[in-house]
Order: sequence, then structure tokens, then C-alpha cells
Amino acid sequence: MSLNVIWYVLFVIVIAGYLIMDGFDLGVGILHLFVAKTDEERRISLNSIGPVWDGNEVWLVLGGGALFAAFPLVYASLFSGFYIAMMLVLVVLIMRTVAIEFRSKEQNPRWRSLWDTVFFLSSLGIALLLGVAFGNIMAGIPLDENQNISASLLSLLSPFALLVGVTTIFMLALHGAIYLTMKTEGNLQARVRKWIPRLMIIFFVFNTLVVISTVLQHQTITERYLAEIWPIIFPALALVALIVAAYMLRQGRDFVAFLASGAMIALLLFSAAAGLYPNLLISSIDPAYNLTIFNAASESNTLTVMLVIALIGLPFVLLYTAGVYYIFRGKVKLTPQSY
Amino acid sequence: MNPELLSRFQFALTASFHFIFPPISMGLGLLLVIIGIIYVRTGNPKWRQISFFWVKVYGLVFAMGIATGIVQEFEFGMNWAQYSRFVGNIFGALLAAEGIFAFFLEGGFLGLMLFGGNRLGPRMWLLSTFMVVFGAHFSALWILMANSWMQTPAGYTIQPGATGPQAVMTSFAEVVLTPSFFPRLLHVWVASWMVGASLMLSVSAWYLLKNRYVDLSRSAFKVALPVFVILSITQAVFFGANQAIEVTNYQPVKLAAMEGVWESQSCAPMYLVGWVNEAEMTTTGISIPCLLSFLAYQNINATVTGLEAFPADVWAPVNLTFQVYHLMINLGGLFVLISLLGALFFFWKRRIFETRWLLWIFVFSIGLTELATLSGWWTAEFGRQPWIVWELLLTADAISPILTGSQVAFSVGTFVVLYSILFILFIYLLNEKIQHGPEELSAVEEKPVSSLPDSFREIFGKPRA
Ligand code: HDD
Ligand code: HEM
Ligand code: HEM
Repeated sequence: MSLNVIWYVLFVIVIAGYLIMDGFDLGVGILHLFVAKTDEERRISLNSIGPVWDGNEVWLVLGGGALFAAFPLVYASLFSGFYIAMMLVLVVLIMRTVAIEFRSKEQNPRWRSLWDTVFFLSSLGIALLLGVAFGNIMAGIPLDENQNISASLLSLLSPFALLVGVTTIFMLALHGAIYLTMKTEGNLQARVRKWIPRLMIIFFVFNTLVVISTVLQHQTITERYLAEIWPIIFPALALVALIVAAYMLRQGRDFVAFLASGAMIALLLFSAAAGLYPNLLISSIDPAYNLTIFNAASESNTLTVMLVIALIGLPFVLLYTAGVYYIFRGKVKLTPQSY
Repeated sequence: MNPELLSRFQFALTASFHFIFPPISMGLGLLLVIIGIIYVRTGNPKWRQISFFWVKVYGLVFAMGIATGIVQEFEFGMNWAQYSRFVGNIFGALLAAEGIFAFFLEGGFLGLMLFGGNRLGPRMWLLSTFMVVFGAHFSALWILMANSWMQTPAGYTIQPGATGPQAVMTSFAEVVLTPSFFPRLLHVWVASWMVGASLMLSVSAWYLLKNRYVDLSRSAFKVALPVFVILSITQAVFFGANQAIEVTNYQPVKLAAMEGVWESQSCAPMYLVGWVNEAEMTTTGISIPCLLSFLAYQNINATVTGLEAFPADVWAPVNLTFQVYHLMINLGGLFVLISLLGALFFFWKRRIFETRWLLWIFVFSIGLTELATLSGWWTAEFGRQPWIVWELLLTADAISPILTGSQVAFSVGTFVVLYSILFILFIYLLNEKIQHGPEELSAVEEKPVSSLPDSFREIFGKPRA
């Protein structure tokens, strides 16, 4: 495998890390208005992600950094081309941080419900925007010979992109719901449990629609799958993971179900990534302008240095992530220090 | 509207706003580690009370740092696409390293630090605090490496790329250890510790003035004061001076702008205050003869190169650079004065705790240290103009080619509104916390949840009977 391929794989893994880790806390944000009714329940939902959401978001920061370092030409084209959309992502990211941090700093119920709403909207917004952006990347974008993307915000909102956006919302809501069942008890947990089958069915329907319209509309991806059949195991395993998650939930083995839903998210991303390979950005103007993992990458010197850095760094990351989750394992208990 | 001008304004705004918070994370964090160590060694619960109070403030500050930091990372691609294409090989690598090494450390342990007070034993809590603070310093280290490379590039070669030239890494060691890196790192770390110390002094002095939490505030004051005194003096005589020498050696035209030196001259004077008339190319003000030559070259007869020795199109905005630089220097001098007074009144039978005017000065010191660090950055960044990467890439050539004025106007407007709201909320909540004050002893003395360990031996060793 060449360095470029290794970096493509690593980049996809980092994004998968983001979707799995921040995914469940975004999901909790999307769900909490519907499942947590009292202030105490809201606090429990919030504190279920309290000690970990910041670390989770670092996967996104790392994704940005890895893209900048490994594929700077994609980083530059994508971020400047999606200017207004990126701006909206920043706004919702900031609002979300603030909502989590500020909500419980005042007793006033109005203050609290205001920030609860912000927390909901911003979590929803992030999921939607990321999904829409990803939908556009799968569908191809107007990338010209100077590597500039001239797309207005409205033109990014194609039906396909919106479909991917909505699917992402339900995927993360489902993931968040499974997480919440692990962390909660009593009424709250019962309510979350009732939501899970519905979320699962809706997600499954939407995801199937995404698959169908990809196959019908987006040839570059379909052709990849037809040319090299083996990547089909990714979507197949994703389906298996979803079934395992459903089964384990019925068995009451929430933790295994959570792992399965994380695996499913990663596998879905791998399915898309395998279909895109070796392209990172597909030009809808002319395939000659496509940015690929070969023509958009840094030189081998940088990629090598970065690989060493990643190999040293990632084990530590996994170590303290595991440590923190271990220490905060079990059901949420509110203390004076909680949010 | 001109997208380049707007993008510059936006970057200046967002970077300055971001940089209000990290110095507190580093400086206050360092003090929390010190206080944590004192608690573990003495077991006196008042230190625990102090920690519990400041950790809450820390959480607030950190959240602001995170929220504004992500903006910085996105902006390079959004507004400065040509820059990103040019430096991606080098700058991108350092930024990614910061993510892997530092942000995960902070992000991971922050939860333990903020929520672990009652769940972890004191030693494990101290360890988590230390890890977060270490992460904050480490994070500054990587980003300063990246910034130093923009100021004094090394270890690269320029290659043609699809959209223009690209800087390609030839030596990682040289990229990482550019000449301005160590002086900058030390200067920024020390500045950050001063900011942290002055925050603690400020709040403690305010409590003393209001006669609240007198005992706790005296204790906190006694920890923060020596830190502040020692650092402000070493900052002025050593770390700051060292920065100026580094600029003299590697960016002489920046030094000339900082001091408003037009003609090359030996025995160059240093201004205390002044005004630069860029049209007539003169600088007027109160100055000390020969001091600049001495500071820059440690020799009063050395020649300082003036702006006229360089083509006018590589001059920074001279008066602006001059003014923000002198703001920092003068504040640096003021801190030495405040420190000496503080030390004097402390050793003189602890009079400082009753001397109201001096306590008031300390109350305001946090605003001044923040202003000094910001103006230091303004010096470094205005002085770097017109280059975005020193002598390699012009800021004007770094902008994203497809941005329209209205797009950037929209984002500038959004940031102005959003950051104003954030800042008001931040001040409001900070004030709430300060008014509310430290918790009662009973609240902080709750026994740690017994299932949680207090040392590595307990985590990894056999469970105790
Ligand atoms: C509490 C904060 C503080 C204080 C008291 C000082 N500085 Fe400073 N200074 C900074 C905070 C700072 C900073 C924010 O940390 C900067 C911005 C960029 C950098 O590297 O450090 C800086 C930059 C900076 C630069 C520009 C570096 C460049 O352009 O690359 C110089 C020449 C000095 N400083 C020199 C001094 C001197 C001679 C001081 C004597 C009193 C001084 N500073 C006090
Ligand atoms: C270490 C990390 C930093 C990096 C990599 C960095 C990089 C940049 C870049 C890319 C620009 C935009 C182009 C330009 O106008 O030159 C810029 C401008 C600017 N930055 Fe920084 N910056 C950093 C830290 C800071 C901090 C902490 C502050 C303020 C407290 C700051 C203040 C400014 C200002 C005032 C400008 C505008 C200069 C002008 O356009 O005249 N920077 N910097
Ligand atoms: C313009 C360049 C900069 C970029 C791209 C940047 C990026 C970021 C990002 C993405 C975060 C959030 C990390 C998280 O989610 O945990 C952050 C926080 C932080 N940044 Fe920056 N930053 C810049 C300038 C600086 C400078 C100049 C310093 C220090 C000298 C600094 C020190 C820190 C620290 C210590 C944190 C931790 C959070 C906090 O302490 O508030 N950053 N930065």
C-alpha cells in the first residue's frame, strides 16, 4: 500500500471515530427534548455526555487537521468552496458548546429551557449539515480547473444531499438513544427504549433510499462497486451490525448493542469511502478535475512524518479515551459538580 | 466590499478573541496544579475549597477556548485557501500533530478534572488536572511551532504545484525548531502564567476588599503573588528582551517598524511613547538615547537598520505596529512596578491585605495582562505584514480566490454578533461565580465515591480487602 492509500484509510478512520464518538452525544442532543421531561431528567441526559463530549469533538478537530496535512488541496477547495455552509457548521458547533456549558449555570427555568432548545437545534444542525456536505461529496460538486468550487448554499441543498442529511440525523439519534439506555434508569430509560424501534425503522427506510438513489444516480460510485466487487462486504456487514444491535437490545444487552451500532456507522462510512476511492472530490464539470488521494496529497516526506506522529499518538488517544469511559462507567448520578 | 480586507479583519477578530482564553487555561491551570499539590501534602481542606471554586471558572474558560478554537482551524481553509495550498505540507502537519498529541489529552482529562472532584480521590484528581494543564501547554507548543514557521520559515523547499508554488518539507527537525520558536514559546508561556496569576490575584483582591472569604483569599493570594512577581520581572528583563533580539536577527524590517526607525543609525534611541508619521517618515516622542541599540545588540554603538534600507512595499503598517508594541512594553514595565509594590507591601508586615488602593490595582490587573498578551500578538502579526509567510508568500496572494465580498461580510457580521453574545454571557457567568464564591466546606468534603480509585496501584493492583 502506498502512503497515500494509508492516509486515505487513516483519514476515513478518524472520520468514523468522529461519527461514532461525537455521534452518540449529538444523538443525545437530538433526542433529549423528546425523552427527558423533567429538569432532573434533562440534567441526567446532559451529564451522560458531560465528561466526554469535548474529547469526542476532538475527532472532528483531528479530522480537519489530518485533511489539511495529508490532502491540503482538498482542505483548501472544500472549505473555501463551502464557505457559507462551513460558517453555519461553526455557528452550530459554537452554540452547542455554549448550550452544554451554560445551561445549568442558572436556576431560572426559562434560561434552562432556552439552552435546552439551543442544544437540540445545534445538535440537529450539525448532523444535518454534515450529512448534507457528505451527500454533496458523494454526488459530485462543480469543481473547476483551478480547483475552485463555485456552489451557492442553495445549490448544495439537492434532494439527494438532503436525504443523506436526514438519514444522518436518524442514524445519530438511534446511536444516541442506545447510549442513553446504557446511562439511564427508570422512567427516562423506559421512554428511550420505546423510541428505539421507531428510530431504527425510520433510519432503515431512509438509508435504503440513499442506497437506491446512489446506485441509480451516481455512476462513479456504482462503477467502483461493479469493477471490484469485494467492498460489498462493507454494506453487508453494516446490515448485519444493525440486526445485531436490534437483537441485543431485545436481550437487554445494551452495551453490545451500542458497540454494534457504532460498528454499523463505521461500516456505512467505509461503504461510501470504498465507492469514492481514489477520489476525494468528484468534479461534476469534468472528471479530469477530480481531486484524488494522489493529486491532492502532501509530499511523501510529510506523509511519512505524519504517519509516525499518528502511530505514536493514536495509542495514547485510545488509552485515555478508554480510561475516561471506564472511570465514568455506569448510570449517571448527579453531584454538585454536574452540569 | 473587498474580501481580502474583510478576511483580515475577521482573522484578527477571531484570533484575538480565541487568545483571550488559552492563557488562562495555561496560567490558572498551573496555579491549580500548585494548589492541588499543596492540598495533597498538607490535607488542609481550605485548599480543596479553593480548587473547587477555581475549577468551575476553569470549565467556563475552557469551553470558550474550545468554541473559538475550532473557528481558527476552519478559517485557514475557508478564507486563506491559497495559503493552505501553499503551506499544507508543513503547517497542516503541525496542526494535525496538535490535535493528536494535545487536544485529546485535554479533551480526555477535562471531564475528569471538571467532574472528578467528588468522584476521584485527591491524588487522581490532581493527576487529571495536571494532564489537562500539560495538554494546554503542549497545544500552545504545537501551534506556536506553526506560527514560528510562518515568521521564520526553515526546512522547506518550494515546488511548483497544480495551483501555484507549494512549500514542501525537507527536514522535519528544522521545521519544528525554527529560530524564533524557543524564544516565542517561552515568552508566550510566561505571559500566560502571568495572566493566570493575575486572574487569581484579581478575584482574591476583590474578596479582600469586600471582606468576604478573607482567609481563603489570603491563601490564594499568597500562592499567586510570588508567581506574578517573579514572572513579571523575568518577562521584562529576560524573555521579552530575548524576543526583541530574535526579531532583530531574523526580521529586521519588523524591528524597524516596531520602533519607528526610519534611517539606519548607531546608538539608536528607544521610545517610551511616540507617534509615527508615515507620510513624512518621522517618529516623534519621548525616548531614551542608545537604548534600542543596546537591547537589540547589547552594544550601544551598534547600528540598527532603518526602514529606508528596505523597499517600501515590505514595510508593515508602521504606526500601528509601533503603537501596539509600545503598549505591550509599557504594560510590561507597569507589571514590574506593581510586582515590586506588591512584594514590598507583602513583606512589610503583610500590609498588602489592608492596603485598599493596592488591592484595587490588583483587581484590575487581569484586564491589563490580557491586554498585554493581545498587543504582543498584534505586534507579531501586524509586524509580519505584508507577508503571511515571511518573505515567501504575501497575505494578498493567500486569500481564497472565489470568495465574494458579501460572503465574507456575512461571516464577519455573524462573528461580531456571535462573539459579542458569547463575551457578554461569559462575563455574566464569571461574575455570577465570583459573587457566589467558594462552596461551604461540607460540600467539598464529601467523601469520594468509594468505588473509584485514588492511585494507579488501586486501579491496576489487587483490590484492597
Ligand atoms: C503578559 C504579557 C506580555 C508582557 C508583559 C510582554 N509581552 Fe511581549 N509578547 C507577548 C506577551 C507579553 C505575547 C502575547 O506572548 C507575544 C505575541 C507573540 C509572541 O511570540 O509573544 C509577544 C510578542 C513580543 C514581541 C514580538 C515577537 C515577534 O514579532 O515575533 C516582542 C519583540 C516582545 N514581545 C518583547 C517584549 C518586551 C521587550 C517586553 C518587556 C516588557 C514584553 N514583550 C512584555
Ligand atoms: C499561533 C497561531 C497563529 C497563527 C498560525 C496565525 C496566523 C495568522 C494568519 C493566517 C493571518 C491572516 C493573514 C494576515 O492578515 O496576515 C493572521 C493575521 C492576524 N493575526 Fe494571527 N495567527 C496566530 C495567532 C494570533 C493571535 C493569538 C492573535 C491575537 C491575539 C493574532 C492576531 C492576528 C492579527 C491582528 C492579524 C491581522 C494582521 C493584518 O492583517 O494586518 N494571531 N494570523
Ligand atoms: C490561529 C491558530 C490557532 C488555531 C487553529 C487553534 C485551534 C484550536 C482548537 C481547534 C481548539 C479547540 C480544541 C478542543 O476542542 O479541545 C483550541 C483550543 C486551544 N488553543 Fe488554540 N488555536 C490557535 C491559536 C492558539 C494560540 C496562539 C494558542 C497559544 C499560544 C492556543 C492555545 C490553545 C489552547 C491552550 C487550547 C485549549 C483550550 C483552552 O485552553 O481554552 N491556540 N485551539
